[in-house]
Parts: sequence; C-alpha cells; structure tokens
Amino acid sequence: MTHAAELPAWAALSVAVLLLLGAGLALVGAVGLLRLGSFYERVHAPTLATTLGIGCVLVASMLFFSLVQSRFILHEVLIAVLVVITTPVTLMLLTRAALYRDRIEGKAPVPPPPRSHR
Amino acid sequence: MRRFLPHPLLALFLLSAWLLLMESISPGAVVLGGVLAVGGSWTLASLASPRARLRRLTVLPGLLGDVLVEVMRSNYAVARIIVHPADGGVRRSGFIYIPLDMRAPYGLAALACILTATPGTVWVDYDSAEGTMLLHVLDLVDEAEWVHIVKERWERRLMEIFE
Repeated sequence: MTHAAELPAWAALSVAVLLLLGAGLALVGAVGLLRLGSFYERVHAPTLATTLGIGCVLVASMLFFSLVQSRFILHEVLIAVLVVITTPVTLMLLTRAALYRDRIEGKAPVPPPPRSHR
Repeated sequence: MRRFLPHPLLALFLLSAWLLLMESISPGAVVLGGVLAVGGSWTLASLASPRARLRRLTVLPGLLGDVLVEVMRSNYAVARIIVHPADGGVRRSGFIYIPLDMRAPYGLAALACILTATPGTVWVDYDSAEGTMLLHVLDLVDEAEWVHIVKERWERRLMEIFE
C-alpha cells in the first residue's frame, strides 16, 4: 500500500466507503447467522456477504488498483462470476440436507415431498 | 465444428477468464488460453453434460440490470430484518412451491443463481418430473405474489434466452 497516499481524495473516499459498506454487510450477515430463529432462516444471512458485500469490496479493489497502477484492473470480475456461480451449490446442499433430515424425523414444520417421490 | 469444440460457450468463458487472469492479450496468452479452453470443453463433453443454447441475447442486459437492482434492494431488506427484528410486526418465513415451465437445465441453473444472489430467497429443491421448485422465503407476505415475481420477472426472460 505504498502508493495509497497518492490517491486523489475523491477516490480514497469512495474506496473507503465501499470497503466499509462491504465489511458492514458481511458483519450484518454474521449477526444474522447468530440472531435468526430456524436453520432455514439462518441460511439467508450469509448471502448478504456473498452478494452485495463481496460486490462492494471487489469494486473498491478494482477502483483502487486501477488508479494506483493507472490501467484497468479487471481480475475482480472473475471472482464475482465464480462466487455467483458457486454459492447456490453450497446453499442448496445445506438446505436439502436439512430438509431431508427434517422430513425423516418429522420435527420442524417442513413441506412434504412432491407427489412423484412419495 | 461440434467435434472440435463441443462446448463453445464454456470455451469462450475459459478463454476470457484466462486472459483476465493474465491481464494481457499477447499472442502467447491467447494461444495458451485457447489450448486451455478447448481442453476444458473436451473435458466437459466427456462428462456428457447437456449443451447450452443461447437464443435471444437481447433481453440479457435488461435482465442483468434488474438482477443488480433486485440484489441491492433485497440486501437492504434482509439487513433491516436482521438489525431491527421487531420492525413491521410479526415476520413469517416459509416454503412455497412454484410451478416452473422452464425445462432447460442451464436456464434453471441461472434461475438458481439469481434467486440465491438476491438475499431473502433460497432455492431449496427441484422436482424434474413435475417441474416444481421449492423456494424458502425469509419474509413471506403473500405466496401468490412470490410465484408471480419468480415467473414474470425471471423465468419468462430466462426462457427467452435458454429455450
């Protein structure tokens, strides 16, 4: 970060705001993971960090390194694409495992399996 | 063409990913990226996954724009629910079954990405025999409204692209 001081004020400010916003969303997501009631509700909370949270951090990173190196840095687009493609896989795996167990144990109020599976 | 490049879209994605990582479009990077892209699409072909066909790409920019707006809106909504849990009285979360007309596998995958990328909705299950998708919604006010949102806002345009 040796060149960070050379950034113009508007750029430093927007990078800082974007970073804080992204970190704040990740924090709110983590708080939600603690606070929300059931498993199915808790699974929603971390998606704050994996969508707009990571988005803000990535835009901040693109802005910062593009200005410091005075050329377009676009690596971060790739991170965004890979995160968007892979998070549904994890979430589906977790929720389907929970749903499967809840249906077998009959504990939590979950919908019955569709007709073709019965 | 098909035998040489079984999955042109994947090859294009791999090539652009490689060029992004290398941050150059020098002949060397393009050649190496091209070899990787062709090899990657052969690998996928040997896994016998279905081919993607893109039809009307004209609706794509509008769709991506709507996704971006919806991501921001629902991030705010879910953050508010977490920070002020008591706001707006009793909040109800729950499951809903949504009957889908789309059968294209990559269209369904794209729909899953969109629904997961908008906080507050999680794609739970999909029954390919009946074409019903099970969705979990954090703030479930009106079930019919959600069916309408998923079908009208996302599914219709994804069908135009993928089917």
